[in-house]
Amino acid sequence: MASKAQTPAQSQTHGFVYSALILGWLVPGAGHLLTRHWVRALLLFAAITAMFSLGIAMQAKVYAPNTGDPLDMLGFAGDLGTGLLYGIARVFSLGQSTVQLVTADYGTKFVVVAGLLNFVAAVDAHNLRIGRKV
Amino acid sequence: MLTPSHFTAVLLFATFTSVVFGITQRSTTRAMVRYGLYCWVLFVGSVIAASWLMWLIRR
Repeated sequence: MASKAQTPAQSQTHGFVYSALILGWLVPGAGHLLTRHWVRALLLFAAITAMFSLGIAMQAKVYAPNTGDPLDMLGFAGDLGTGLLYGIARVFSLGQSTVQLVTADYGTKFVVVAGLLNFVAAVDAHNLRIGRKV
Repeated sequence: MLTPSHFTAVLLFATFTSVVFGITQRSTTRAMVRYGLYCWVLFVGSVIAASWLMWLIRR
């Protein structure tokens, strides 16, 4: 009797398997660009970069590596998800070290969530690359 | 410095998040659009519902 279990479509992956994951993490949408999903790549880049930029424009707190408050550590993990955008923010000292306005609190959440969304987008690009998703 | 109102921030947050959710959680274009709109309505709708609830509690 034939099995009814569905197996994911396997695609021919050439080169480094995790390239879409890493590239997608470093630059929002770049993983999808690698898998030739142009429109998805453009939309992801626009959405995540706009969210990060608006957060910075709202005087967001950009978390630095820390071992203090657990929420600060989680904030850093979220911020790190934006990849090179986080690096640019740190190098050019964008954002604030403390939250002083209500809008700055919104901005801080925008930056953290942009990072978390980029993690999701990078994993999606990896699934496209290995053929788990079409 | 950008200082949007709370509701404007909600609309921006819902829009960008829904775009990413739609693209990453569905496979076909039609399903992506539908799921993205569904997420957007849930984000904005839940904020409006919570706002009215808080208004009623305060009275």
